[in-house]
Amino acid sequence: MNFWNAIVVGLKEIWAHKFRSLLTMLGIILGVSSLVAMSALVKGMETGAKEALVAIGGLQKIRIEPGEVPVEQRHLQDQAPGLTMNDVYALQASAPLVTKVSPEYRVPRPTIAANGKTFRPWVCSGAWPVVLELFEHEIAYGRMFNEIDEEQGRSVCVIGTNVRDELFGSPTQAGREIIPLGETLLINGQAFTIIGMFKHYETEQERKERELGLVQDTPARGGRRGRGNFVFRLKNGSIYIPLSTATIKFSNVTPQRGGGAASAAASAVGDFGAVQLTSIEVKIDDVSLMNASIQQVRNVLFSTHKGIEDFSFRTQEEWADNIETFVRNARVSGGTIAAISLLVGGIGIMNIMLASISGRVREIGIRKAIGATTENVFTQVLVESVVIAVIGGLTGLVAAYGLVHLLGSLSPTENEPIVTVTALGVAFLSSVSIGIVAGLIPAFKAAKLSPMVALRYE
Amino acid sequence: MALVEIRNVSKIYHLGGEEIRALDDVSLDIESGEFISIIGPSGSGKSTLMQIVGCLDTPSKGTIKLDGTMIQDASPRQLAAIRNQKIGFVFQFFNLLPKLTVLQNVELPMVYGGIGGRERRERAIQALELVSLANRSKHRPSQLSGGQQQRVAIARALVNNPKIIFADEPTGNLDSHTGELILQLFRKLSTEGRTIILVTHDPEIAAITPRRIEIRDGKIADKVDETLAGLNRIKPAVASVSP
Repeated sequence: MNFWNAIVVGLKEIWAHKFRSLLTMLGIILGVSSLVAMSALVKGMETGAKEALVAIGGLQKIRIEPGEVPVEQRHLQDQAPGLTMNDVYALQASAPLVTKVSPEYRVPRPTIAANGKTFRPWVCSGAWPVVLELFEHEIAYGRMFNEIDEEQGRSVCVIGTNVRDELFGSPTQAGREIIPLGETLLINGQAFTIIGMFKHYETEQERKERELGLVQDTPARGGRRGRGNFVFRLKNGSIYIPLSTATIKFSNVTPQRGGGAASAAASAVGDFGAVQLTSIEVKIDDVSLMNASIQQVRNVLFSTHKGIEDFSFRTQEEWADNIETFVRNARVSGGTIAAISLLVGGIGIMNIMLASISGRVREIGIRKAIGATTENVFTQVLVESVVIAVIGGLTGLVAAYGLVHLLGSLSPTENEPIVTVTALGVAFLSSVSIGIVAGLIPAFKAAKLSPMVALRYE
Repeated sequence: MALVEIRNVSKIYHLGGEEIRALDDVSLDIESGEFISIIGPSGSGKSTLMQIVGCLDTPSKGTIKLDGTMIQDASPRQLAAIRNQKIGFVFQFFNLLPKLTVLQNVELPMVYGGIGGRERRERAIQALELVSLANRSKHRPSQLSGGQQQRVAIARALVNNPKIIFADEPTGNLDSHTGELILQLFRKLSTEGRTIILVTHDPEIAAITPRRIEIRDGKIADKVDETLAGLNRIKPAVASVSP
């Protein structure tokens, strides 16, 4: 009796008991589809999180923030200089592992007004033009402010699309792209000219949906509570102005060197070494040298800070680790649940196979009487069990697509579930192995039936 | 050398501590080509003897040589091969597989014998022609009469060209006329040189075979009690053929 025959017999047996087989398969179908769906959801979240990680500058970005002075240096607290432009220049000069340095001065409690509307942006900062590269920004219209704007402390700004949406109306509502270049807006009452606008940042999924025209615009979309990853909302809700302008207009540091009104601005530009920066972002070349790079930055800052550690580092590594941890946890817990439902499916198969062979004792006896070996009977029962599991598994894979779509539409995250081939393969193989394991005991029981006893069985 | 040599075979069951000797020191030779009936009341051990010689069961004691092979020591796999190749069974309740067609039922021994699909089909149809049922090959057993089903079972028993055919009460579930036809079929097969062992409790059926062995209480009776068994009342139709 060859293998193909055993499969055909198995299929016939399943067909002969359609409803019973369907119920049996249901366990496997649910197990497989939940395994695939779980994996797809986690994968979707992982991809979304990694996308966001790249969008905010990737692992190569290190943020230096003012920090609490450690306990043993508390008595030196009044001498702590805080983050200043001196640190920026020192890093540029003395930290070769750092490729880009970008100082940032956040405008305190920014309120933007234009066109009769007001808006509180996520980010309103003075920065150097290099900030574009550190935050992976891209100018879509107009230009970024440059060194001359910086030098002269010009009142110019570059905005994100969400700022535009809030103040000048969103393109989806207007039905056309709105480019407010040359318009004036007020930041805390100070007038600035818009010279550039970033491109609209969105997740891969949003982009696809928009391109396919799947998403009809909802009123919430343009607002802060719209869909989209936080990172992308943050970037879209940003306004950048030249650092010098920000410190002149919004910091309480007054120009140190006196002089006429005409030279005041110029001297201020040259001398805002005392301004307390909100943060310094640096970019390193090689993520594998992360620790060495941080140490180098720390050494440079120790020299400018007279050994007082009033700063701290924030890397995206922690975030990346969090993503890893989350993904691992989600996989383990989701995988456990799916494994349990596969196990239940397997028990169902075993149960039905046991019932099936006790209903077929006589048939087994006949087969043995005309020459079926123990192995033949064993194989036949095992193949039947595997055939149920395989059909269940394949159906489960199809059902998984439906389940994934269902979960996708109900999902609290913005990330579309991603079905991977690996997940499909693993789910299918587990259904096959469940079928084999579940079939072993019934197959063994059937195979060891004595033909004589089986024939006498009524 | 006899086709079957049974030497001092016993089969002992233990039921709740009680020892039951279903077969007790049975010795018997069956020659190739013989048409033989094993007769005895139910519970006499005749079926046990058939099952042991038919490789469905193993003896507790004694030896059996079947076509040169000592089967009391054979492994289950070897026994399965002997059942497949050297033995054909015909049962009282036909024992066809209800979900298979007539043709598939007859093909089944060859499936286990590892014979290819085309040859299987040809031989199965030949066997069905032998029992005049080739035109019913696509039917299910349930669509056939009892006599037809038994003929399918005979075709199945013949299809691997076995050395020996065991028929266990082959007419027990048929009306007397149909039973007669089945017996005639066996007789015809016998004249073609097949070895057939007919197991029955009915002396009238046993009467058609040239050699009769009576089993009583697990032992071969010394002499068949012809008067008691009614063997002197042989029907003319049957008598004319039996020697």
